[in-house]
Amino acid sequence: MKRTYKIDVDCANCAAKMEEAANKTPGVKSATVNFMALKMKVEFEEGADEAAVMEAVIKNCKIVEDDCEIFL
Amino acid sequence: MNKKQKNLLIRVIAAGLLMALIFFLPLEGHPLVRFACFLVPYLIVGYDILRKAFRGIRNRQVFDENFLMAVATIGAMALGEYTEGVAVMWFYQIGELFQSYAVGKSRRSITDLMDIRPDYANLETEDGVEKTDPDDVETGSVIVVNPGEKVPIDGLVLEGTSSLDTAALTGESRPRTVREGDEVLSGSINMSGVLRIRTTREFEESTASKILDLVENASSRKSRSEQFITRFARVYTPAVCYGALALALVPPLVRLALGMDPLFTDWIYRALTFLVISCPCAIVVSIPLSFFGGLGGAGSAGILIKGSNYMETLADVKTVVLDKTGTLTRGSFAVTGIHHASMGEEALLDYAAHAESHSSHPISMSLQAAYGKKTDPARVRDVEEISGHGVRARVDERMVACGNARLMEKLGVSEIECHSAGTVVHVAVDDAYAGHIVIEDEIKDGAAQAVADLKKAGVRRIVMLTGDLAGTARAVADRVGITEVFAELLPQDKVARVEELLAGSGERNRVAFVGDGINDAPVLARADIGVAMGALGSDAAIEAADVVLMDDDPRKIAKAIRIARKCLRIVRENIYFAIGVKLLCLLLGALGVAGMWLAIFADVGVMVLCVLNAIRCLFVKNV
Repeated sequence: MKRTYKIDVDCANCAAKMEEAANKTPGVKSATVNFMALKMKVEFEEGADEAAVMEAVIKNCKIVEDDCEIFL
Repeated sequence: MNKKQKNLLIRVIAAGLLMALIFFLPLEGHPLVRFACFLVPYLIVGYDILRKAFRGIRNRQVFDENFLMAVATIGAMALGEYTEGVAVMWFYQIGELFQSYAVGKSRRSITDLMDIRPDYANLETEDGVEKTDPDDVETGSVIVVNPGEKVPIDGLVLEGTSSLDTAALTGESRPRTVREGDEVLSGSINMSGVLRIRTTREFEESTASKILDLVENASSRKSRSEQFITRFARVYTPAVCYGALALALVPPLVRLALGMDPLFTDWIYRALTFLVISCPCAIVVSIPLSFFGGLGGAGSAGILIKGSNYMETLADVKTVVLDKTGTLTRGSFAVTGIHHASMGEEALLDYAAHAESHSSHPISMSLQAAYGKKTDPARVRDVEEISGHGVRARVDERMVACGNARLMEKLGVSEIECHSAGTVVHVAVDDAYAGHIVIEDEIKDGAAQAVADLKKAGVRRIVMLTGDLAGTARAVADRVGITEVFAELLPQDKVARVEELLAGSGERNRVAFVGDGINDAPVLARADIGVAMGALGSDAAIEAADVVLMDDDPRKIAKAIRIARKCLRIVRENIYFAIGVKLLCLLLGALGVAGMWLAIFADVGVMVLCVLNAIRCLFVKNV
């Protein structure tokens, strides 16, 4: 299952950090952040609970980049 | 400016005014009051940096720019260098503001250009026209597009004529005229008339959705430079911090051991200067921004590059392999010459078009197209198709025979041989030779220019591959200026040829393959860089290619390479400039020659210059 989320982040490097953090989150098969479009595309692993996974993604992103937002 | 930026701007201005005010206050002799006075602007302008640095420490993500700035400014304040402490924070924030504004600005200019997402479709239902979500429109429905609206879904025009602005799709600024029966692509803007369109695809499968999907996934593949920067920042920032710590402790301790005055304050000040100078923002910010601008700029020119890594590869292309049909030629047949027409070219074409008017053979079609007018069936009688030879018919009571050399032989007419490549249609009128018409796959307008551009862009080897006959291939190659030609290839032979070329390729010598995506998806995927052109509508090509040219102008190949080169050049400039200036300032700082003020320039000044430079990537018009 793939989903796209709108995000808010200030710099391209921060976006890269978010992408890395999201990719390391369990339940995420792959995540890509597009700084240009301010979007995060997340592909979930089979059977993952999207809402719970996204909570964790947000938490992990906030750790690496305090000043970021993901709109669910 | 968004809310965040406005907020920061107000804080910067407020802190600036306060600082100016503090200068005029008689604070000498009141150390505590003086400290308190400076603390106010310091906190106003820098509280979020301090907070971020603190959160970073708590989250075990210690070493970032915020931490560097927090330590440097707190240190300066602790040493009693209040002005410097506030100034560092103040300039740092100005740099941040500038950076964020620049990013927002370039993002807007890109998204404006790529703004092809249709918001609604006017669906025709039994109860009249209804505005709906394009997602809900089924294939085969009829939609209405009014002037000024975007075409939401791909389809065929049922009724109406109009001109369409396809600039967002193809980068081509000339409007395209469409009428009944023409295909229209979603994302183009209807400029003049009302169009009724029968949809041929679902919204998800339509061109606009496909392109947006492509654009939104473009940055998923990172370039080596970006990966380098991420790794660099991860090692560099802690290294700098420890370096500063060493600078603050080692020399004074050594001096102490040697029995000299340790000069702790001096060395700590130098260490803080060192910290400010070495902040990696300039590089960390400007490099992703360069690629971001480059990809966006290319997109606005109708060149979709699927990731910044391809941008890098594209810049190193030294060999370009071109497919003939659809790339250099239009892939459709057309009359390119009328020779030896004793009765006049127009008259000859008139006879030939009429004689062939009953056939739907591609040759007949191109004759009709060249004739330009509707043929008059009343003028044609007794049509006789001679299989493998041609056609004989009575036109205006004259016996017209059109066909190949064998037909002429059969009729006992001696034909004049033609030296052009392509298919030759000989025409005899009343059993006398009347001339011949050459029908060829037309070479695209910009093809020769495209090859010249590629050579000028430093491409060393240009190779043409084709499944066509050697003679035809040779003729096209000569006309566009290509010397290396491989003809009569089957699709798998093309892969083999490209693989041979790839064997000689390397880091600085990449091989690009350019094709129209028909039958060459495997080659597109195999080459270092696969460029699909005119690929709107060919899903396999969009899938397999790394670079998609939205229209079919071959000149865009060289343009894509030039854009990539420019972007990479800017990235390199920024890396060398930033690291160079920083190293120089670090050296001066460590020696104690440079103070905090120079450090601020080395940090914020360099960042601003790098960001400005990076923004140049966005401008691709004259590349």
